[in-house]
Amino acid sequence: MQIKSLDELYELRQESTGKIALRLHMGTSGNAKTIMVCGGTGCLASDSDKVIKNLELIIKARKLEGTSIVRTGCFGFCEQGPIVKIEPDNVFYVRVGPKDAKDLVDEHLMKGNRVERLLYEDPQKNEKVHTQEEMSFYKKQSRVALRNCGLINPEDIYEYIALGGYEALGKALTQMSRDQVIDIVKKSGLRGRGGGGFPTGLKWEITKSQQSNVKFIICNADEGDPGAFMDRSILEGDPHSVIEAMAIGAYAIGANKGIVYIRAEYPLAIERLNTALRQARELGLLGKNIFGTDFSFDITLKYGAGAFVCGEETALINSCEGKRGEPNYKPPYPAEEGYWGHPTCVNNVETFANIPVIMTKGAEWFATMGTEKSKGTKVFALAGKINNVGLVEVPMGITLREIIFDIGGGIPNGKKFKAVQTGGPSGGVITEQGLDTPIDYDSLLERGSMMGSGGMIVMDEDDNMVNIAKFYLEFTMDEACGRCGPGRIGTKRLFEMLHNITAGKATMADLDALKQLAYMIKDSALCGLCQTAPNPVISTMKHFWHEYVAFVKDVDHPRGEGRYTPKNKIGMKS
Amino acid sequence: MQKVRIKFHIERKNYSWQIIYKYFEKLVNVMTKPQDIDVMKPTGQEFPKEKYDELEAFINNLETTKGALIEILHKAQEIFRYLPRDVQLFIARKLGIPGAEVFGVVSFYSYFTTKPGGKHTVSVCMGTACFVRGADKVIEKFKEVLGIESNETTEDGLFTIKDVRCIGACGLAPVVMVDGKVYGRVKVEDVDGIINTYRKQEEQNADKVLR
Amino acid sequence: MEQDNQCENKKTLNIQINDQKLTVPEGITVLEASHEAGVKIPTLCHLDLHDLQMYNKTASCRVCMVELLDPKNNRNKLVPSCVTKVQDGMAVRTDTIRAITARRMAVELMLSNHPNECFTCPKNLECELQSLAEELNVRQIRWEGERMVYPKDMSSDAIVKDANKCIYCRRCETGCNEVQTCGILSGIGRGFNAFVGPFANIPMVESSCTYCGQCVQVCPTAALTEAFHTDKVWEAINDPDKHVIVQTAPAIRVALGELFGMEAGTIVTGKMVTALKRMGFDEVFDTNFGADLTIMEEASELIYRLKNNKTLPILTNCCPAWVKFIEHQFPELIHVPSTCKSPHIMLGTIAKTYYAEKKGLDPDNIVVVSVMPCIAKKAEAKRAELTKDEHNNVDIVITTRELGAMIKEAGIEFERLPDSEFDNPLGETTGASVIFGTAGGVIEAALRTAHEWMTGEKLEKVEFEELRGMEGVRRATVKIGDQELKIGIASGLGNAREILEDIRDGKADYHAIEIMACPGGCIAGGGQPYHHGNHEVVKKRREAIYEEDRRKKVRKSHENKEILELYKKYLGDPFGDMAHELLHTHFEERERI
Repeated sequence: MQIKSLDELYELRQESTGKIALRLHMGTSGNAKTIMVCGGTGCLASDSDKVIKNLELIIKARKLEGTSIVRTGCFGFCEQGPIVKIEPDNVFYVRVGPKDAKDLVDEHLMKGNRVERLLYEDPQKNEKVHTQEEMSFYKKQSRVALRNCGLINPEDIYEYIALGGYEALGKALTQMSRDQVIDIVKKSGLRGRGGGGFPTGLKWEITKSQQSNVKFIICNADEGDPGAFMDRSILEGDPHSVIEAMAIGAYAIGANKGIVYIRAEYPLAIERLNTALRQARELGLLGKNIFGTDFSFDITLKYGAGAFVCGEETALINSCEGKRGEPNYKPPYPAEEGYWGHPTCVNNVETFANIPVIMTKGAEWFATMGTEKSKGTKVFALAGKINNVGLVEVPMGITLREIIFDIGGGIPNGKKFKAVQTGGPSGGVITEQGLDTPIDYDSLLERGSMMGSGGMIVMDEDDNMVNIAKFYLEFTMDEACGRCGPGRIGTKRLFEMLHNITAGKATMADLDALKQLAYMIKDSALCGLCQTAPNPVISTMKHFWHEYVAFVKDVDHPRGEGRYTPKNKIGMKS
Repeated sequence: MQKVRIKFHIERKNYSWQIIYKYFEKLVNVMTKPQDIDVMKPTGQEFPKEKYDELEAFINNLETTKGALIEILHKAQEIFRYLPRDVQLFIARKLGIPGAEVFGVVSFYSYFTTKPGGKHTVSVCMGTACFVRGADKVIEKFKEVLGIESNETTEDGLFTIKDVRCIGACGLAPVVMVDGKVYGRVKVEDVDGIINTYRKQEEQNADKVLR
Repeated sequence: MEQDNQCENKKTLNIQINDQKLTVPEGITVLEASHEAGVKIPTLCHLDLHDLQMYNKTASCRVCMVELLDPKNNRNKLVPSCVTKVQDGMAVRTDTIRAITARRMAVELMLSNHPNECFTCPKNLECELQSLAEELNVRQIRWEGERMVYPKDMSSDAIVKDANKCIYCRRCETGCNEVQTCGILSGIGRGFNAFVGPFANIPMVESSCTYCGQCVQVCPTAALTEAFHTDKVWEAINDPDKHVIVQTAPAIRVALGELFGMEAGTIVTGKMVTALKRMGFDEVFDTNFGADLTIMEEASELIYRLKNNKTLPILTNCCPAWVKFIEHQFPELIHVPSTCKSPHIMLGTIAKTYYAEKKGLDPDNIVVVSVMPCIAKKAEAKRAELTKDEHNNVDIVITTRELGAMIKEAGIEFERLPDSEFDNPLGETTGASVIFGTAGGVIEAALRTAHEWMTGEKLEKVEFEELRGMEGVRRATVKIGDQELKIGIASGLGNAREILEDIRDGKADYHAIEIMACPGGCIAGGGQPYHHGNHEVVKKRREAIYEEDRRKKVRKSHENKEILELYKKYLGDPFGDMAHELLHTHFEERERI
């Protein structure tokens, strides 16, 4: 069937509501239950697939009718995976192993008793918590971009439609002009979630204003930041929101071809995205004359091949063109000259995921969240020395303290908090003093870090900051494309100096030279990757200068973790 | 081989000869080492024609080959398991582009490999979350147990170690992936066990063949 | 992000560079504007040869950083001046401590990964990195660390590739891929280990490199140089048993002076001959003689193909890089070029046959040294079909630069040398052969002869202006008698590719086509003194070539007395059996890698 008007979409939504009614607690029909099992990469890695299989077998054996099993996207609480949620009872089970399936069915489904041992235990209060809402991990979150992750079956377009999916696209195409669409996005104050924080509406407007018959819209899903996985979770858990947003964006800027540039290392996301694309095409939500208008649009996938630098938009475009993923000098910006020389709008997955809600709930609603200059929410991947590792979405303006201690549950093993690194290898560390700053794009920049794509690594008193800086530099050194001198040789030299420092072979003069080099690279590297590469060094030098000095002066310096073994990339590439 | 060199450091602000002489005395190891050059010799290994046919059919079915090089290389690597010189040349000729362009792309992306890997690939996640939870020690242990560096293959052709970028299972950090199987919260003590699982598997397979 | 203003008329913009206020046209870069203002900004990777449409705008070396002022927002930043376009109201400072330090450190970093062996480096005093280090006052290299250690690629007879000296400016890549379209070179690897090399990093000799040497001509360091053969020459000269003949190509005499501080375009034919004689060569011959001979054969072949309805167009093949190009890239068109040997090979052949007989010398004891503006000629002389029976046509080929080095080595003060004449008989030449040195020259020379042979009338105006010009591809129609000949001239292999594709697809109706691998012809050859990105030098050499032609009394090849004598006494008819045996060759299809 092909949807040719908004009314047809509404009809379809009506028909599909039944599918998710239980989950939304919209009327119960007898004993019907829905078992939601997390199918994100993290939970799959801990055998959530087997959990599903066992549940199916046992349910079949017990002849339980009216019970359905849904494999959802990521719930975000990866630390406690695999996660199983039973609706409409609203019970949240954690760390469910394949062997636990029997208890879930026999106790919970058959007898209606909660399986206490699989409930989450609040570490602060030491008591079992059975609903998501009561868990401190979820309390302060507000899920906008992740609204459907862990709620719907990402491989079923009807579930997405039942939750109001594709309405935004329909409205945009049938009731709004291109300028109106852009206007809403502009008013919402949405800024690029990939790290740069460029206003999305403005980017669309610039691309729209280019005189060209051929334009492209690209979704940047080359998430390379070590420790950040929100883009993958969105694509795995809610691929349709990205597809819908791309179509809206394409309509606004006047493109009819879209590309999703996705890491080849994300097989599950690729699979689900492909499924979603196929379903959208079947319903006529992609393809020719969408919603009966003269707007046609389709999306193709391009795969990355393991190069962090391809997250930079010009490098990404080069890679889409099948070339070496080296960045180009900007200007010209992709909005002016992008994919094969045509105006191209590149947005990040999370940015796109926000668009449909903004369109349906309105710019004003979105702008109520966040700070003056950074609206809405941001997804962070919380990892490192923290109790609740996982994906959290919080309104901008929340403090780091709230994220780390309230949501993240603090530092494990009673250790002391030392610092948190935001922005991955491009960001810097924020110490105890900075914990109470409300976070948004600008306040993080002021603190010498950056929003980045949202990686947030917490470090405790055991971590040596020189080693942390060295770790990040090793990453950027390996991932630098080599095009510009400061990036190619500079990052290498920075790394070597850090190595010498940690090996106790450096002098105070070296520290000076290190600082000078760091600022020089920041000043003169070609693209964002290497311009921000020295940030970990600069910020750790600022906050933890004594640790550097300790290595040099050779006095009882803190024992660091990690040891450098020279690697030889090109020669030993296999 | 490590060369010993004299390291000069002149502090810009403070041109003191004493300092220079001090450095003169201080010998510092400098990381200079000969580089293993990736000159790809023809492997001499002939691949069955069907494999080339499969690749050719894939290329022919593409809507356009413009900009499709990376896609084609992905497919080729899927078919041949790696990208030997002949396959790269085959693609270059098929697309009518210089071989250098193909090699330039292959050597740029870490996902593409030009050497056949071992039967099992041990991928140790080196994402930040895994790093701060000790992935570096885990990989060191793997290197020690298998006697190879990362990106190398053991002599029996069974294992290849790779340090990979974040595989996104940060909740299970540190994470090791052997082929498709993910091992979470790996400790240094677990390494022997993991390797032995696969060694045993091989032995059993070998036994079966013998019987 | 600036929006493009789609204005037809170029606006002028007001900008400030250091303390100067300037009004400049829209669309130029800060670098160009600074040049106007008399402010020097150092550059390294930047290359702008607009005559050749060769632009290297990778903005990768970061040596031209200037500080873009934005005091209002307190956000001054460094930008690369070579790609930053001027904007109205822009204020730039090139002399702040921040910019100067960044530039110096950019070079310092490059030097930290460079084998700093300047004394013995072939580019010593010619190296752009070296002069930058001096210009930017680099006095120390603070970062000792890992360096690239790759073996030198000395596999080919023509080009030496030393990846350790590669600073990854990508000029060679631009030259090879965009201008010459050979596609031999590509960036290899990533990050610190990245360098430029051929497919699979194979030795150059295995690649389909044409050895045109345009990469060598633009390489700022010694990562790509010619293979050096000066020692062999000295050895031959000092071997009492050997009769050493030297020949110089037409383009040498207008460029050699540059190596001795003379103005570009100075004609130094006489001084060059004197120098060669003082160096101890037994005979100093002129490749122009070979060129005249080539014309005799090529004009004959053209007329033969015209009359007998054979394959047309005829393609000239004096250029060995171009020959190798067609062998690798268009093997299906291998029958199209003329079968003539190139001029210096012809002269070598004649020297070892006719001349040897005349002088009573054993050909095995004759050593022919060619001084060429070219690197490809080194490889050409070693081609199997030209060295058959272990009997080389030409033994050693050296470039203009190598000759310059030898003259310096011999302690000859070139500037003060008196003039002398080439030796006879193979030093007798015409104006027609001189213009071989520039693009369009070969075909013009051939037409001077063909015209007279076909019409039987004397050609009064020998200059074919329609065949002269700096464009990459030039098409002209020349009327000879009642026949109109369609002529194509392409210099630069990218342009050659265009013409060849037309021929392959049957779209072209040319009668004769001249192709030179180097944009501009041999005067811009890979073995010529480095132009360092200044294309005016090449233009001046070109002027000098035409000037030398005008100075000649005899300006048509078939009026060369010695040539006529040679045919009469030895070869018989042009394009005849004997000529075929000695002066023609064949080509082979080669793999494209």
